[in-house]
Amino acid sequence: MQILSRMMIALLAVGFLSLTTMDAQAQVNPTAQSVNEDSMFEALGADGNAVAGRTSIPDQNAANLIKPDNKAWAALQGTTLNFVFIVAIVGMVVLLTLFYVIRGRIRVEAGMSGRKILRFNSLDRFAHWTLASTFIILALTGLNLVIGKTVILPIIGENAFGSLTAFGKLAHNYLAWPFMVALALILILWVIDNIPDKVDLAWIKQGGGLLKKGVHPPAKKFNAGQKVVFWSVILGGVALSFTGVMLLFPAEAGAAADWQFFQTIHALAAAVLSAIIIAHIYIGSVGMEGAFDAMGSGEVDENWAKEHHALWVEEVEVKAKTSGTARASTPAE
Amino acid sequence: MARMKFLCDADRCIECNACVTACKNEHEVPWGINRRRVVTLNDGLPGERSVSMACMHCTDAPCAAVCPVNCFYTTDDAVVLHNKDTCIGCGYCSYACPFGAPQYPQTANFGTRGKMDKCTYCSGGPEEDMSQAEYVKYGANRLAEGKLPLCAEMCSTKALLAGDGDIIADIYRERVVTRGYGSGAWGWRTAYGETVTV
Repeated sequence: MQILSRMMIALLAVGFLSLTTMDAQAQVNPTAQSVNEDSMFEALGADGNAVAGRTSIPDQNAANLIKPDNKAWAALQGTTLNFVFIVAIVGMVVLLTLFYVIRGRIRVEAGMSGRKILRFNSLDRFAHWTLASTFIILALTGLNLVIGKTVILPIIGENAFGSLTAFGKLAHNYLAWPFMVALALILILWVIDNIPDKVDLAWIKQGGGLLKKGVHPPAKKFNAGQKVVFWSVILGGVALSFTGVMLLFPAEAGAAADWQFFQTIHALAAAVLSAIIIAHIYIGSVGMEGAFDAMGSGEVDENWAKEHHALWVEEVEVKAKTSGTARASTPAE
Repeated sequence: MARMKFLCDADRCIECNACVTACKNEHEVPWGINRRRVVTLNDGLPGERSVSMACMHCTDAPCAAVCPVNCFYTTDDAVVLHNKDTCIGCGYCSYACPFGAPQYPQTANFGTRGKMDKCTYCSGGPEEDMSQAEYVKYGANRLAEGKLPLCAEMCSTKALLAGDGDIIADIYRERVVTRGYGSGAWGWRTAYGETVTV
């Protein structure tokens, strides 16, 4: 009896199961209701903007069948960023050339006094030149990635250009680190003198004396223009460093979309900072008489200092008197 | 000249992965690199479909647009190929590709990837056709022998079609009309800016 009742239950169960499967078959037409490209595209956005499924190979990125958004990044990279770079760099060079033609070299109006004041000590200059040299190499090799194929490739040929660009990648691998150390160093050394204050407003109102001869708005150690450069370097440098490290370790950067975002920020920051640094290089060399000494020997002429950093000269003099030591300047010989 | 394309008829693909295996064997593709792969959509659900995907040899290929060393070129057959001698392994193409085609032999520190490898539409690279140098770098050059890509040629259900875009589109269109359904020419809209309408 027991066996018979068990068989009955089993039979009923089988019957029930087959009924439900028949139901399922009746509801689903596997051909007409198949997944199709149109519906998958319509559903895009929720799932990381990829038409994705399952794949049997170990690389699970391969499960993304189609990622149309990658084309948006490619278009941005291939055209927009090139345009931004060319406008930023060429635009700045044109502006500076115009400035040089119209205004000419900014002279020390009182002439050189021959007396020197120490402006940047050896640590300041070490930090500055470490940052400057690494930045210039990184910027040039980075710029090569953007416009090298249109400018340099036709001149030196495919193979040489490939080697050159591979060297640029290597340079980024190694020079990124001294760049970041020097960036931290200049932040520590100079941040105290770069905090904006009221003097800067007056300086900006007079256009920094850049446009008119004989106008010299007073400034402390750094004028408002230099503060703008300082904070551009700090903010731009931090942005470049963070996104750069992410690009150096793409596996740690997250998904492909994150990498694309970091790359875009890296390129934009590089374009803007390069343009600012070109202006910085101009005014620190050909653009202004006596300015290069500050980072060259570290000692500037007293008359240059009085014209461009009057308040700073006062500070130095007061400091020298209160500390009881002789002024950090020597008479002309 | 023909405009070569791939078309995977997902309603015929049975996810046997023979195309993947044939490709690896034909070109001696190294371990870890897949020039072609099969992706199953809605896996385990009613109406699941599998699509065999490789480089689609796009019109205005995004990989070529972002390559900083211009190592990509398009052949007369509209096949997108690249030069491994100039490739610096920067990875930009892999971030530009909508189909995940570019593959790299390494995953090392500092994003060092090695020379990029991808589907060549069985047509080699810039080296001399059917030379040893070409085979070592890019694999077999079946197109130079007058043959179509092996993945499509040996597809047991004839799901994967390779050949002139207009001809394979016609074949697919005829199939869709005859059987009454079709899940679409996967990837065509993204690769060529147009899909096969029935």
